[in-house]
Amino acid sequence: MALLDYLLGQKKQKSASMAKDRLQILLAHERGDRRAPEYLPQMREEIMQVIAKYVTVDQEQLQISIDEANGFEVLELNLVLPDEQKSAKS
Amino acid sequence: MSRVIVVTSGKGGVGKTTTSASLAAGLAKKGYKVAVIDFDVGLRNLDLIMGCERRVVYDFVNVVQGEANLKQALIRDKRVDNLYILAASQTRDKDALTEEGVGKVIDDLKADGFDFIVCDSPAGIEKGAQLALYYADEAIVVTNPEVSSVRDSDRILGILQAKSRRAESGDAPISEHLVLTRYNPERVDSGDMLAVDDVVDLLKVPLLGVVPESQQVLNASNAGEPVILDEESDAAQAYMDVVDRFLGEEKEHRFLTAEKKGLFSKFFGK
Repeated sequence: MALLDYLLGQKKQKSASMAKDRLQILLAHERGDRRAPEYLPQMREEIMQVIAKYVTVDQEQLQISIDEANGFEVLELNLVLPDEQKSAKS
Repeated sequence: MSRVIVVTSGKGGVGKTTTSASLAAGLAKKGYKVAVIDFDVGLRNLDLIMGCERRVVYDFVNVVQGEANLKQALIRDKRVDNLYILAASQTRDKDALTEEGVGKVIDDLKADGFDFIVCDSPAGIEKGAQLALYYADEAIVVTNPEVSSVRDSDRILGILQAKSRRAESGDAPISEHLVLTRYNPERVDSGDMLAVDDVVDLLKVPLLGVVPESQQVLNASNAGEPVILDEESDAAQAYMDVVDRFLGEEKEHRFLTAEKKGLFSKFFGK
């Protein structure tokens, strides 16, 4: 097996580097959640209520986070509107 | 000045108790007066790893609840001078420990002249684990080179930084140290195990030591002796380095590379 691997060249990504890649993404995400202020879930809820007055969207579709960029705190809201709503509006 | 050290990990079975026992024994061998406390109420095991399971009369919960005093509950190690064990209760539930009660025991140990108080945390992030780290000045995070252990360690680091006494009172934060256990250089070389640099990179915690995966660790626990006392073994030497570095000595990391394979096994190995 070792000889075969060697002759064919190692094309397959090794599991350790998969582990590292996955952990890098996961930890960044979880650390972001941890740093989030305590009012964030409540604020998210209220923003969702306002949006729901105008468009019907899935709760899960709203992504909200607070990041730091260039010394500024940035509140980022990301919401994908459903297709029908978009065409109905335009 | 006495220092409180928590040995923690989030995930279970990574080597917290093994590390607590060896760190405590190693510090005591250096001449310091050391107490090691088992915080795993209901699932005590430190007594077994330290080989004093038949000498437990009173435990940590008895002391916290005023049913016994510290002198009665501290078990003096028979091999190493100045080393004392405070066992967890096997019969009570986790709510038997309180923040004030634990604080009082730690203050009493400090007043008794203990240089180091090692708190062996239970697994998880619940009350027991939070109490074990609450009064800490130093944290040793024990991690295996494996995804779930790394993730849980990151989780416990977040709790160290937010929910300890030092964090709440605005004092200098707990100093964090990483001990990577069950390390297998052969598997790292073949790309099947996270390398030490990768784990340090992910967790961003200074490395205190790497303990190789070793049969000696199992032998030591079978015998009820901290593995650090089995001086010939790789694991013991790795733990001795951990103790020296913890005390401020600069030492190069060992046991990070695999033994060289011959040409034959290189081609036809595994």
